[in-house]
Amino acid sequence: MEHNGSYSGHNGSYSSHNGHVSLVGHGDNFESQTILESKDLDAWFGSHHVVKSVSLHFFSRTVSAIIGPSGCGKSTFLRCLNRMHEEIPGARAKGVVNFQGKNIYDMFSEPANVRRHIGMVFQKPNPFPAMSIFENVIIGLKLAGVKKGYVLNDIAEACLKQVGLWDEVKDKLSAPGLSLSGGQQQRLCIARALAMAPEVILMDEPTSALDPISTARIEELLVELKKTVSIVIVTHNMQQAARISDTTAFLLSGDLVEFGRTGEIFTNPRKSETERYITGRFG
Amino acid sequence: MDRHVQVGIHELKNKIIEMGGLAEEAIALAVEGFLASSSQRAQDVKDIENRINRLHILVDELCVRLLATQQPMGSDLRFIVAVIKINADLERIGDQAVNVSGNAKRALAGRPLDLDTRNDFAAMCPATRDMVRSALDAFVRNDQRVAEKVLKMDDVVDGLKNAIFAKTIELMEQGTLGVKQGLDLILIARNLEKIGDHASNIAEDVIYATSGQDVRHPYSRTELKSP
Repeated sequence: MEHNGSYSGHNGSYSSHNGHVSLVGHGDNFESQTILESKDLDAWFGSHHVVKSVSLHFFSRTVSAIIGPSGCGKSTFLRCLNRMHEEIPGARAKGVVNFQGKNIYDMFSEPANVRRHIGMVFQKPNPFPAMSIFENVIIGLKLAGVKKGYVLNDIAEACLKQVGLWDEVKDKLSAPGLSLSGGQQQRLCIARALAMAPEVILMDEPTSALDPISTARIEELLVELKKTVSIVIVTHNMQQAARISDTTAFLLSGDLVEFGRTGEIFTNPRKSETERYITGRFG
Repeated sequence: MDRHVQVGIHELKNKIIEMGGLAEEAIALAVEGFLASSSQRAQDVKDIENRINRLHILVDELCVRLLATQQPMGSDLRFIVAVIKINADLERIGDQAVNVSGNAKRALAGRPLDLDTRNDFAAMCPATRDMVRSALDAFVRNDQRVAEKVLKMDDVVDGLKNAIFAKTIELMEQGTLGVKQGLDLILIARNLEKIGDHASNIAEDVIYATSGQDVRHPYSRTELKSP
């Protein structure tokens, strides 16, 4: 797929100028700085070609949703964006993922360093079981060499406040992370990701294991977080994508079918496959 | 097996077709009665309007239920949004048919219409009915081109209304037409023109449902886009 300039699978068109990208759709132009982009990205599990030459822009301080039926490659694509995919035995990726203009797959990029800038939150809340609430938040910082107690305390408090968990846990910071409810655990995991001050957080169906109230709190949190962090979220819940995201990409069988402003994708998609998917004709 | 939302949309479409048929019938009875100088079917028009009103409620309930339970998207969402508005337009067309019928009853009690006014109404009545019929055809067939034709027909109906207004005012000023009768004729023309407007609204909603294009108020839209 051609990346620069016009782009066939796109709802409208990209135009790129000095790193500034306009997303032109049916309505007003959507304009923001690109923070992360994939160029002709392919991914495989063994011989199974899961992601096929996907080129996509993710804009700074936005929520970008990736939707598609099960097995379409959206989670694999997401994991390629911070080099998590290659951790799986037999998995490989080819192509370019530019983060702030630099390819995270070039030979000088350390995967661990990439993940400090591009964090991840998973489907199932996964606090470290042997750690307290406090330790769960600051473990990344500790591993990165931050030792000063007051720094760790301040960051833990700030991150727990940012995810709206501070008031609920400030009196039991030494309690196990697993003692929290499912929704609280997921917010703890987001706080853990935020502690590293990433520029991007990738989220793989972060609310699929949560009840509606916890889901609503996470959704509100994501909309709040995008003021400071760019978020890429994979979700099966199209209403969720419609509620919280600014742009949406639809993947099908590893191909990018359509990408555009969320409002347009869910009311008037350009591609018949997208229309059929969002109206429940398949998937 | 059809999904719930598709079953609901099928049901909505049938209900709107039924409402549209009734609206057309109400207009036909009111207009034909007026042109034939007969007010015998006025009660029939009211009965039809009652049936339209019942469907108006049912369609709204069904739309709300589909939105709440199915959370439709894409063309399904556009269709339901369009139906909510078309439903309101058809209900208003029913009201206007009753108004025409009532105004006609009073207007016919006065002196016979002059030839010009009679000819203008003879042209305006079928033009209005054509607009409604074509708008409903466009809805049934998801036909954007037919819907676009309806929008062009509106100018003809507006022109006829203006001609009737001018002629009626002229006759009232001359004293050859009583104020009460003149007012009823003006209201008949006004109600027919409003029916045409509702048909135009339906056509715009059909265009939105089929293509996603919002063709309403093009001038206001330009202003919205300017900085």
